[in-house]
Amino acid sequence: MNQPASGSGPNGTPMISMNNVQKHFGALHVLKDIQFEVPAGQVVVVLGPSGSGKSTLCRVINRLEPIDSGEIRVDGKILPVEGKGLAMLRADVGMVFQSFNLFAHKSVLDNVALGPVKVRKMNKNAANDLAVGLLERVGIAEQKDKLPAQLSGGQQQRVAIARALAMKPKVMLFDEPTSALDPEMVQEVLDVMTSLAKEGMTMLCVTHEMGFARHAASRVVFMSDGEIVEDSTPDAFFKSPKSNRAKDFLSKILTH
Amino acid sequence: MTPEPSGAAQPGSAADVIKAIPLRRPGRWIAAFVILVLVVLFIYGAATNANFQWSTYRSYLFDRRITKGVWATLQLTFLAMALGVVLGVALAVMRLSANPVLKSVAWAYLWVFRGTPVYVQLVFWGLFSSIYPHLSLGIPFAHQFAHFDIQSLQAFFFFAALGLGLNEAAYMAEIVRAGISSVGEGQSEAATALGMSWPLTMRRVVLPQAMRVIIPPTGNELISMLKTTSLVIAVPFTGDLYSQARQISGANFRPVPLLMVASTWYLAITSVLMVGQYFLEKHYAKGSSRTMTARQLRVLAKAIGNPDRGGDGA
Ligand SMILES: Nc1ncnc2c1ncn2[C@@H]1O[C@H](COP(=O)(O)OP(=O)(O)OP(=O)(O)O)[C@@H](O)[C@H]1O
Ligand SMILES: [Mg+2]
Repeated sequence: MNQPASGSGPNGTPMISMNNVQKHFGALHVLKDIQFEVPAGQVVVVLGPSGSGKSTLCRVINRLEPIDSGEIRVDGKILPVEGKGLAMLRADVGMVFQSFNLFAHKSVLDNVALGPVKVRKMNKNAANDLAVGLLERVGIAEQKDKLPAQLSGGQQQRVAIARALAMKPKVMLFDEPTSALDPEMVQEVLDVMTSLAKEGMTMLCVTHEMGFARHAASRVVFMSDGEIVEDSTPDAFFKSPKSNRAKDFLSKILTH
Repeated sequence: MTPEPSGAAQPGSAADVIKAIPLRRPGRWIAAFVILVLVVLFIYGAATNANFQWSTYRSYLFDRRITKGVWATLQLTFLAMALGVVLGVALAVMRLSANPVLKSVAWAYLWVFRGTPVYVQLVFWGLFSSIYPHLSLGIPFAHQFAHFDIQSLQAFFFFAALGLGLNEAAYMAEIVRAGISSVGEGQSEAATALGMSWPLTMRRVVLPQAMRVIIPPTGNELISMLKTTSLVIAVPFTGDLYSQARQISGANFRPVPLLMVASTWYLAITSVLMVGQYFLEKHYAKGSSRTMTARQLRVLAKAIGNPDRGGDGA
């Protein structure tokens, strides 16, 4: 938990590394020459005002958005442009969306088992056992036969986390996993994320949950206008932000 | 929204008030009566009008040529529809794909087949043999075509089904596309993020969810196809129900009863299809929201019940 802030982290290749990454949406420069690493086992929280490019930073890592130039590596391997190689890499990168995106026509159990069966070619029974185990871990095994629409938001998001974990990912990306939830459901999702962090999962989380950032993160990355403006420990970031943009952001968020 | 029952003024009988008293609608009864009178008059008129020639109608209703025509019409309908659905799904997927070549091919196909009358297309298919006389060399199933007399009834049946099916594909493509577009982008994004390929995502995640939107208009297309088969005379294929009825009336000079015979069969088949469609639609609607509805109903019942009791106490 108390890994050094930023820098190269523990020995070995970083789990995620981005080199001179540029990304435009039309004329809008969304990622400006991003230089960034996440060592294995670190939990990095990404903060920043709306529109600063946090979601895009997440989405380029498994190429849901292609980049204009630069280089992205996951576990040392350069991100393939397309085809089977890209699909295999995506399977190694778990992703949790703000809007859950559970498969609406499939039961909770099938949602979790689908990836292992279709992508990892696991047999159906083994995949179901794996799925039940993961659903127990996120605390909703008893709901396994329901359809997603029959669950609360917090439960759906926990299923989504289980679905991502079923692929045995090397790294998990979270894009505002609690922003669509009613306040009383936020904690149950954060609890799952915190326990994942404790188990040593490498995580990149875009979130506005300052409690989670303070207690579970190894590093806080602050983005503004497509740039990484600060990259420090949670303590350093919250107590003494260096840039004016970060100070401004914190004053808005914390007094709020 | 809620009907205004006459008993609402009495606050004591709250429980009874919940049982909604149907609104009296005198307009409906008057309309029903007027229509009933008109229908009776029409049936009486038709039954006694010698021009309808009911005895001819009865003797031809189950004539062998007619029943064979019915069979051919059914075969044409289902073959053409099957081709239309399969090709329509392919075209819809092509139109939505990122590949510009596939996209423009699908667009051009829709442009041509939706932009020309199906009757004209059928005439073209009938002329296929004169446009491409060496057809047997160019087509993969050459063996079948080698023994295929291009002027035979079979060939015309084949071209009729092909012509109807290819035309239908253009319309099915739009229906399927609407269905696919109705599935949120997040669904395919989540599948992609799991490492599923694009075809797998389509087959396992997007298309199954698109069915709810695709099924109802497809039922309409099927019923419409049944009737469109009466155009195959353009090929010219003459084995279908309408052509058979016309051939018989061409010989016995009694078009009215034979048109009634053909219409009876079309109506009967359409009715069966409509019943099937009803159950299919119910089935697919159920998948999406039935359990929620039951819960909502209970909540609703409570919500209606409580204010009434509250009103009682006040
Ligand atoms: N698909 C897209 N097409 C065009 N512009 C986009 C697209 N996705 C994002 N953008 C724009 O890129 C910028 C960065 O978007 P991004 O979603 O990464 O911001 P964010 O930091 O996640 O914001 P938020 O906190 O609101 O989620 C925004 O100005 C957004 O409008
Ligand atoms: Mg975002």
